[in-house]
Amino acid sequence: MSRLEARELELSYDDRLIVKGLSVAIPDGEVTVIVGANACGKSTLLRGLARLLRPQGGQVLLDGQAIGSLRTRDVARVLGLLPQSPTAPDGLTVGDLVGRGRNPHQRWFAQWSESDEDAVTEALRRTGTAELAARPVDELSGGQRQRVWIAMTLAQGTDLLLLDEPTTYLDLAHQVEVLDLIADLNARDGRTVVMVLHDLNQACRYADHLIAMRNGAVYAEGRPEDVITEDVVQQVFGLQARVVPDPVTGTPLVLPLSSRHRRSAGQP
Amino acid sequence: MTTALRPQVSVRADGRSVVLRRGRASVVVRPPSVSVGAALLVALVVVGALTLSVGEFPVPVGDVVRSLLGRGDAGVDFIVLDLRLPRLVCGLLVGAAFGLAGALTQAVARNPLASPDVLGVTAGATAAAVAVLVLGGPRTTALPVAALVGGVLTAVVVFLLAARRGVVGVRLVLVGIGVSATLQAATNYLLLRADITQAQAATVWLTGSLNGRGWTEVVTVGVAVAVLLPVALLLTRPVGVLQFGDDTARGLGVRVGATRSVLVLLAVALAALATAAAGPIAFVALSAPQIAVRLVRTPGLPLVTAGLVGALLVATADLLARRLLAPTDLPVGVVTAVLGAPFLLWLLARASGLAGRP
Repeated sequence: MSRLEARELELSYDDRLIVKGLSVAIPDGEVTVIVGANACGKSTLLRGLARLLRPQGGQVLLDGQAIGSLRTRDVARVLGLLPQSPTAPDGLTVGDLVGRGRNPHQRWFAQWSESDEDAVTEALRRTGTAELAARPVDELSGGQRQRVWIAMTLAQGTDLLLLDEPTTYLDLAHQVEVLDLIADLNARDGRTVVMVLHDLNQACRYADHLIAMRNGAVYAEGRPEDVITEDVVQQVFGLQARVVPDPVTGTPLVLPLSSRHRRSAGQP
Repeated sequence: MTTALRPQVSVRADGRSVVLRRGRASVVVRPPSVSVGAALLVALVVVGALTLSVGEFPVPVGDVVRSLLGRGDAGVDFIVLDLRLPRLVCGLLVGAAFGLAGALTQAVARNPLASPDVLGVTAGATAAAVAVLVLGGPRTTALPVAALVGGVLTAVVVFLLAARRGVVGVRLVLVGIGVSATLQAATNYLLLRADITQAQAATVWLTGSLNGRGWTEVVTVGVAVAVLLPVALLLTRPVGVLQFGDDTARGLGVRVGATRSVLVLLAVALAALATAAAGPIAFVALSAPQIAVRLVRTPGLPLVTAGLVGALLVATADLLARRLLAPTDLPVGVVTAVLGAPFLLWLLARASGLAGRP
């Protein structure tokens, strides 16, 4: 079953068509990772799925209805989104930032209900940011800041979470920390996660479902071990590589062959 | 029974805001906003009392209060109620309107440099109003209408020229500056064509003056503030979310385009009607929201505080304008420009830590 689907989706920036007649169904309760070379349209697809872009053709369906025809507030109660490099106003505290996640549940006469309070407390706890609540966001380290933003989308209380490159600008340890957190949100709460990742090996480790895009279309999709082959890596990234089982997780591990090492490594 | 009716009070996790709940309804109150608001109201009362009291014919504060309560003698009543009160109320309302308009514009543009002045709204309203003054239209009826139409049209033109995939910000400010310059040229052309007395009247109006403003102007601006302020307050929460940028705001369920259009319309209407009443009083719309932000130190733009600061700025400036070179009555815009510019520079320097260094 898929609550979120794209059918014959066409998305463009200005007059340039980026996503070209793409159909994809996001499996419920799983982690879907979109990968592809730069400018293949993976972030554009994510933005389209999150109704940030109006389709030129085709449609995005949320629970069987065209997402553009739904009230954006109703969508925001089901589908949460973390943009690529989100910005917060100067001096905003962590507590205020995470509290903004409750916006779709609030009204001018119901500004802070008990369920708002509970959701924010829980989101802070899950992301390990409770002790930062009174700190200004702009004083935090990159890893803390990203956890706080995830806490905001978590407080939104949505079944679907869309994340655009949640590990950008983080060092390796913080990348793993953030990805573990996201995996945990899926495993423990059964939230459906869709994210764009740059690192193919991380994508293979964390994805239940992998979508490899090339030139605005889906080139291959499925379980990482089925999708990531040396041929697919060549076609999608234009990269010669060896693919071996990851010694830690058993998922595919992509080892690029640079021109310097191609000779010594040889072809299998 | 009494406990069921009494609102439940709790403090939020970050310890900086208080929540009042009764049934499904809940309100968030931030103590800094409340105390700053109260302090501003006290300051307004003081400045208001001084304004009604001092002048060529000084009236003791006690007599002022008696007049306001309807128990003064006829001569004092005339000075306090007919000469000084309408000018004071007009100044307060115009200041509040400019302060609000500035806060709304800065919220939309997400840029502290943005204000109705920079976005060309004031220049548009001014050009239209000067056209009415110079071409000899009926001042009381045609001027507010012309200013409103001029302001709205200019805003539409600026937004159309700046709109490109919905991008606002620096581009909006730059287009606004360009359009303002064009409209100022048009205003100057109109002044050159006008005869000397009309041009002189228009020049005083252009500086921003409350001299001779009466209940007609009070009604125009008063109705605008009374109608538009509640609409702005209903939008406080979405405005706060808009400060996170379009993508995040949309993700949080805000109708970004619609909200922004309403905000711009509110700001334009407030600025244009205030301009119609008192002329383009410099710096108030730009500095009032920035002063308000630094006073309350809460996230987002404090709309009500910005309005109160605007009112206080204009009322104080007009008091100074009347008394500084008495008996010469300066246009209030001269004082706001002289006071507002350095104050804003000081705030900016302090914000970037320059003034704090030894």
